[in-house]
Amino acid sequence: MGLKNNLHNLKQKYKGTKMAPAFNAIHTFLYLPDETTHNGTHIKAADDLKRTMNTVIMAMVPCLLFGMFNAGYQHNLQVGEIQAVTSGFFSPEFWTLDNFMIGFWKIIPLVIVSYGVGLAIEFIFAVIKGHEVEEGYLVTGMLVPLIVPVDIPLWMLAVAVIFGVVIGKEVFGGTGMNILNPALTIRAFLFFAYPTWMSGDKVWVEGAVERTKEIAAGANLDAISGETILGTLAQGKEMTHSVADMFLGFIPGSVGETSTLLIILGGLFLVFSKIGSWRIMLSSCVGALVMGLIFNGVVSSGWITETSKFYGLMSTEFWHHLLIGGFAFGTVFMATDPVTASQTTKGKWIYGFLVGFISIMIRVFNPAYPEGVMLAILLMNVFAPTIDHYVVQGNVKKRMKRLKAKVA
Amino acid sequence: MEHIELFFKSIFIDNMVFATFLGMCSYLAVSKKVSTAVGLGAAVIFVLAITVPLNWLLDQYLLQPGALSWLGEEYASYDLSFLSFIMFIATIATMVQLVEIVVEKFSPSSYNSLGIFLPLIAVNCAILGGSLFMQSREIPTLGLATTYGIGSGIGWFLAILAIAAIREKIRYSNVPPALRGLGITFIITGLMAIGFMSFGGMLTGGDEEAPKEEKTAKVDSKKDNKEVLANNIKVNE
Repeated sequence: MGLKNNLHNLKQKYKGTKMAPAFNAIHTFLYLPDETTHNGTHIKAADDLKRTMNTVIMAMVPCLLFGMFNAGYQHNLQVGEIQAVTSGFFSPEFWTLDNFMIGFWKIIPLVIVSYGVGLAIEFIFAVIKGHEVEEGYLVTGMLVPLIVPVDIPLWMLAVAVIFGVVIGKEVFGGTGMNILNPALTIRAFLFFAYPTWMSGDKVWVEGAVERTKEIAAGANLDAISGETILGTLAQGKEMTHSVADMFLGFIPGSVGETSTLLIILGGLFLVFSKIGSWRIMLSSCVGALVMGLIFNGVVSSGWITETSKFYGLMSTEFWHHLLIGGFAFGTVFMATDPVTASQTTKGKWIYGFLVGFISIMIRVFNPAYPEGVMLAILLMNVFAPTIDHYVVQGNVKKRMKRLKAKVA
Repeated sequence: MEHIELFFKSIFIDNMVFATFLGMCSYLAVSKKVSTAVGLGAAVIFVLAITVPLNWLLDQYLLQPGALSWLGEEYASYDLSFLSFIMFIATIATMVQLVEIVVEKFSPSSYNSLGIFLPLIAVNCAILGGSLFMQSREIPTLGLATTYGIGSGIGWFLAILAIAAIREKIRYSNVPPALRGLGITFIITGLMAIGFMSFGGMLTGGDEEAPKEEKTAKVDSKKDNKEVLANNIKVNE
């Protein structure tokens, strides 16, 4: 109990001074506090903000572990050291220690940088503003490493995290006040500031960029091409992965987004613990399916010929859109963010539907941005307050009518 | 199809506020409440929908080089395009006066809440910008010019509606004192522009383009986006 007592003494000693929030944060992070959340967008309940955040992190851990295996697997597969998986989810080629270690050493630094930089900023802001350190970054810090390519340079990640946390969240007053999802703000910043590191066919497989440089320097090696499925389709090529691979996640992509199966498990966990909104998840899938069906209809009615650059993605079967790219991950973990999503019940249906609808639209129509879901969620975050406003006004009007009918 | 494409483009891709940052003064000043924002947005749609086609007619039959040839052969060499600013502004000012009279007559409450900003639409850069873009982009027909005017107006309307709702939402946020008011609004605008960048580069090059040009088109759109981002960052600063 030495540490606990020491911390408690420090807490007492610095009570009322500037550094107090920092010590309080360490104390509550390590030990269970006897007090609950003071602020943020929560109503009184048994679980505090920290518990809520931890539940979301638990839902993401399978994706993270899978991402580590997958990073190593994609690397070894492309280098030619192992064969492609053949026997379903538990293929022995995939779950090897070798694969795991490659991914582990690649992804753990991402996690450390994301948490280190982000929490440092949270601490600084808490000390300056003199409030308790907020738990909001716990989830963001976990989301960030999951939605970037494995090979992203760490300093880029650090710069983006600083931008995302300061401009995206702290200037609005911290957790629960931001208008855009901080994790997505970070990814959008990376995407627009360093496009060569965020798209193309070289960044998704560990080591591919270095391999290209070596080849350019004259090394006698095979080039690695780790195009994502969306990239392949946008160029009008044939799909190179089977549907089972896409569902189980043995495909190149951002760290945590590949395995739809594990994301669905995480999503179910969030729905059953009542932290994620099933309305948003469901309606966004419906929106994506509707848009996919429209595009399929356009293709089968012959309006779009094979020479069109949109043909490849438009003719993709509509339900494949749910499996490829970051759609599943974005829908389950990002669109459901309780702060930036719509907060009214009817608003959630509209918001989710539009997220799905617009993300597939951007995916197909915008050849420069093969990944639509990130931008679709950001766009809908911008419009979520508008949707809420009109839903609330609609309710007010309905009640006024009822009241009038009663009085009359 | 042409109309739909131009309509979509002027609302989302070339959004007056988020792509060109025009009309900022009233956008920042009147976006504190959703209801007033809706009023002003509707007025902007109305004024743009009238002035852009009107100015298109002026441009086509008065101002362009050779536009006066309908008067006779000897006028064909005249080029009055140096007059376009003053002509456009005159049209706009007249229209805004008209809108003001109509609004005062039919909706005195929104006339009061809009206050000085209603006559100020006359000098709103989004309105003049609409006419000048119409001129410089050489929109070919009167119908398309109307579509462009209405589309740009709706784009501006959506922008001010969204930011008004956001500002109502963050009214109780603990924004750092130095940033309260305009500062945070500028930051929100920059962040919203990132959201709107989802449409940047959309529809660039459809079926008419040869497949070989695809790659350059991609690079170009990326470059555009970088410029847009650079603008956003400037605004953030």
